[in-house]
Amino acid sequence: MTKDETKQAVLDIIADIAPDEDISNLKGDIRLRDQMQLDSMDFLDIVMELRKRHNIEVPEADYPNLATLDSCAEYLTPKFAALGK
Amino acid sequence: MNTAHHYDVAIIGAGMAGLAAGIRLAHFGKKVCIFERHNAVGGLNSFYSIDGRKYDVGLHAMTNFVRPGVKGTPLGKLLRQLRIDRDEFALCEQKRSRIAFGPRGETSLTFTNDFTVFESEVAAKFPSQIDGFRRLIALIKTYDDVSLGAVPESARAVVRRHVTDPLLEDMLFCPVMYYGSATEHDMEFGQFVIMFKALFLEGFARPFDGVRVILRVLLEKYRETGGERRMKCGVQKIISREGRASALLLDDGSEVTATHVISTIGAPETERLLPGSSLSALSSQPAPSGALSYCETITVLDRQPAALGWGEDTIVFFNDSEKFTYAASEQQVDIRSGVICLPNNFDFGPGRELPEGLFRCTCLASYDQWAPLPEDVYRADKTRWYADIQRSALRFLPPLPSPATLAAATIATDMFTPRTITRFTGHAGGAIYGSPVKLRDGRTALSNLYLAGTDQGFLGIVGAMLSGISMANFHVLQPKT
Repeated sequence: MTKDETKQAVLDIIADIAPDEDISNLKGDIRLRDQMQLDSMDFLDIVMELRKRHNIEVPEADYPNLATLDSCAEYLTPKFAALGK
Repeated sequence: MNTAHHYDVAIIGAGMAGLAAGIRLAHFGKKVCIFERHNAVGGLNSFYSIDGRKYDVGLHAMTNFVRPGVKGTPLGKLLRQLRIDRDEFALCEQKRSRIAFGPRGETSLTFTNDFTVFESEVAAKFPSQIDGFRRLIALIKTYDDVSLGAVPESARAVVRRHVTDPLLEDMLFCPVMYYGSATEHDMEFGQFVIMFKALFLEGFARPFDGVRVILRVLLEKYRETGGERRMKCGVQKIISREGRASALLLDDGSEVTATHVISTIGAPETERLLPGSSLSALSSQPAPSGALSYCETITVLDRQPAALGWGEDTIVFFNDSEKFTYAASEQQVDIRSGVICLPNNFDFGPGRELPEGLFRCTCLASYDQWAPLPEDVYRADKTRWYADIQRSALRFLPPLPSPATLAAATIATDMFTPRTITRFTGHAGGAIYGSPVKLRDGRTALSNLYLAGTDQGFLGIVGAMLSGISMANFHVLQPKT
């Protein structure tokens, strides 16, 4: 999976958990919570959906890596690769 | 041992909280079962049929309504967490509601889902109070009402710092208390803030077909996510071992085990399933039952309320006395104050109206005086109080051409009492809003038993669903640190 594909996987999750948000123009380097109304319950859901859909575990200590789309791509792409994706 | 079944999570009660918790947990792959003693889901917010006619119980209006695009509110959180599209609830907004005080409702404050209407009403009727009222609103808007560790404070004391006219104070408390307070006379300020936002800063709405639309959506989601439920099969005992709920003894005599147990049936009601032990982890005192119960009259009309001149009001909160008393009723029913609901008066869209007129009145009532009555006396008293409640409420609606008008338009009636509430919901003392003591973090004396719903302390039907969601997240889904 490329970094862009990883970003798309995260965007797909956000589109499902927050269908009332406009995700078409999200900036990669700005914190997601500064561009959308996402609270801690929504971040829990991003983590839970990564596990459910992609078998990817994000330990709580690593949650800061999910702050922006760019950091998601950096952090998650090797995890996808490790699973052969 | 016949413990054939093990669940990741067993949920006691298929009301709003139990269904919402179940959806969350099943969505994330937990093996979940909801155990419900009654044959219908919904708990305190359900419906029933008599003579082919469906009646809602509980729901006058769904509070917490916000329009699409308003973010960061309980309704939005609920929809996101349960993956529900807001169109599925198809909510229709109220027309307007009123708080009417005085023997004939002489002082009246109108409000709608647009808060500026309420604010200008307060400015017009209580000009000396408007600055304080605005300060109170600013405080409410910034108050952290979802903190699980807030220090309890008297709502009356906080409100009096800003609102000095006792009439306005009582008029603000009346709707907030009637729609959610389990405590008499006063309430905790955090609870007041939650209800004030739900009623006034957010608003009222309902699906065209009432509460059963919401229940249908929840049930469908729960089924899709793979959750199980057992109806007409309550839990008669929680078997504890070494500080844990080790098994549940069901009404049919079988046992199941579960890694986690979420009880939504109330604190004193859960405690009764635990013989010999106290529910609260913090106190050895038994969980107190609530003292506040209600009667409601339901009158079915052969015409829309508008045909009687009652086309404007959705909900009317009324009080005829100098002071508003929110306390356990000293008589069978306290008809001095109450709530009128005209479910036809939501904006269902052009040309769309409920097939029959409905006129509902709710008053405080005494469980202790209704519960022990022999059946014939109970029936006779219902008839008598039905007339008294209706007569009291009529003082606060536009006058009818003649006293016989309403009787001529009436095609069916029903009434519930505190005894009905206990019979169908299992709530001790007919206490719809549960125990005055709330366990905000849901923890109990047993490490894997958590409380959600009414006695966890989020109020209203949106609150009940959020309670189920929060407790499922907090105790089961979130990683433990």
